[in-house]
Amino acid sequence: MNSLKRWLGIVWLILGPVTIYYLIKTAADEIAKKPVIDTKIQWAVFVIVFIPIAIGMIIFGYYAIKGEYDHLPENSKEL
Amino acid sequence: MTHESESKKIWQVIAASSVGTLIEWYDFYIFGSLATVIASQFFPKTNPTAALLSTLATFAAGFIVRPFGALVFGRLGDLIGRKYTFLLTLILMGGSTFAIGLVPGYASIGFAAPILVLLLRLLQGLALGGEYGGAATYVAEHAPANRRGYYTSWIQTTATLGLFFSLGVILLTRHFLAPDLDTSIKRFNDWGWRIPFWVSILLVGVSIYIRLRMNESPLFAKLKTEGKVSVNPLKESFGNKTNLKMVLLALFGATMGQGVVWYTGQFYAQSFLENVCNIDFDQSRTILIWGILLATPFFVVFGGWSDKIGRKWIMLVGMLLAIGTYQFIFKQFITLTDPAGKTELTGHRKLLEDKTIVSEKNAADSIHQVTSEVHYTDGAVFKEVKTDTLFANAAHAAVTQTVIKYKDKKVDTWTYRKLVGWIFVLILYVTMVYGPIAAFLVELFPTRIRYTSMSLPYHIGNGVFGGLTPFIATLLTTIYVTDKLSGLWYTIIIGAVCLFIGAVYISNRIDPDVND
Repeated sequence: MNSLKRWLGIVWLILGPVTIYYLIKTAADEIAKKPVIDTKIQWAVFVIVFIPIAIGMIIFGYYAIKGEYDHLPENSKEL
Repeated sequence: MTHESESKKIWQVIAASSVGTLIEWYDFYIFGSLATVIASQFFPKTNPTAALLSTLATFAAGFIVRPFGALVFGRLGDLIGRKYTFLLTLILMGGSTFAIGLVPGYASIGFAAPILVLLLRLLQGLALGGEYGGAATYVAEHAPANRRGYYTSWIQTTATLGLFFSLGVILLTRHFLAPDLDTSIKRFNDWGWRIPFWVSILLVGVSIYIRLRMNESPLFAKLKTEGKVSVNPLKESFGNKTNLKMVLLALFGATMGQGVVWYTGQFYAQSFLENVCNIDFDQSRTILIWGILLATPFFVVFGGWSDKIGRKWIMLVGMLLAIGTYQFIFKQFITLTDPAGKTELTGHRKLLEDKTIVSEKNAADSIHQVTSEVHYTDGAVFKEVKTDTLFANAAHAAVTQTVIKYKDKKVDTWTYRKLVGWIFVLILYVTMVYGPIAAFLVELFPTRIRYTSMSLPYHIGNGVFGGLTPFIATLLTTIYVTDKLSGLWYTIIIGAVCLFIGAVYISNRIDPDVND
């Protein structure tokens, strides 16, 4: 199970940048298609909110690869 | 302390926490439920700046400010205590809700009106961001280890019940402002929409009184006496790798999927019934109200069950069932409200309106529109809008385009019950993913930084991933116009990723001791 957790870390690590790319590309396409203020704000909010989350996904993947999730802490002494 | 007095005390704790949290959800939802009326009062579409403020009020408060509220009040809760922090969030929420009901409209004070409403809405978002973590932590820190899931699940009912009360108060106000329904609705749209906002201050007053009489959480009080309170909860929560990895796991393995299932089962389902299936305003809301009423006890059932078999699999099975059956259930909504299979009652058709208007696309074209009330043999009554476009252009002169649409559908009793049944199933999934999650989050983090650490993943999962569900789903249906169910793909993809991460990485262990 631990090796599966580590291997899957690569997927999460890649998923972050792919999400950022897809998000920015879709935002640019949609704004170009309908350049009104509502579309701009809507997509700006999506991009601003989801990019930090996608970075969180990259960190999650990195921790998974490093084996940080092989054992989860069971009390505060382990934190 | 005897068993009886302990039991009495925990129920007082639950009541004090739940009532306040329920009111906060009520306050937050009435703004969303009255968005159309509020927009016409404060954000006229004809003015681009006001429209801009409207979009900001919708998006910023729910999705950006809530996680900030989690950080601000989470930090306070870990520094000065749970009791005073969630008392503060309650006052902030109640005060801003009441104030929204007092702000004069755009017609009276111009731009000051939308700016004031935007600021008050941002305060609402901040307050909500701080409330939930405090209430869940407060109850969990009073609860015995073997009943933590059960007791915290009462807090979990509040979000759904808040929606229930907001819908109920709005429907009642809308119906009882005049003996005649049309006049009542007109009065409601004019000034009556303010009443649900004013009602909040009474509820908040009662809740503040109850909360003031409560003591601080025993675990936090012990930490304070021992001088072990965190000096910098934000740094300890997110600057410490071991804790940060748990925050990320809580977000990607639990709250992200919970958020999308929650919002799809309640908000997107209602929006789908009203806007895609075109069910009548009142019916689409009462269907949801019945579904909520029937399913709400299951929050407690699944919360209590999680004390026996663990939190993980109840939440993940709920997610699996949801993403596996959404397409089928939403397809049922379309089929059940489709006039194609119905037989019209001959001689009962009633002409409501017959008008000819000039086309907006081409002033030379004319549009002939006939609205009729159609009665069906099963008891359903739909409004049929038949639109004939008569083209002036010589190339189209011989062509008349006819489009028939149905709106304000009042479904028959049997279909109504079936729709309630399907909404019940959707909310049952919500109770599975949401019922045990407070206990799950509380057990993941230590007492000294619990409020901060659990609030952020909860509000990113519920507020950002969940809160954006109706918008992204609707957006997808405008991109993929031929597929009415395309909006569900957002929930299905996010839910599937979360399910996978949760299944592989999360432990099913119930923490026997949250005192550390």
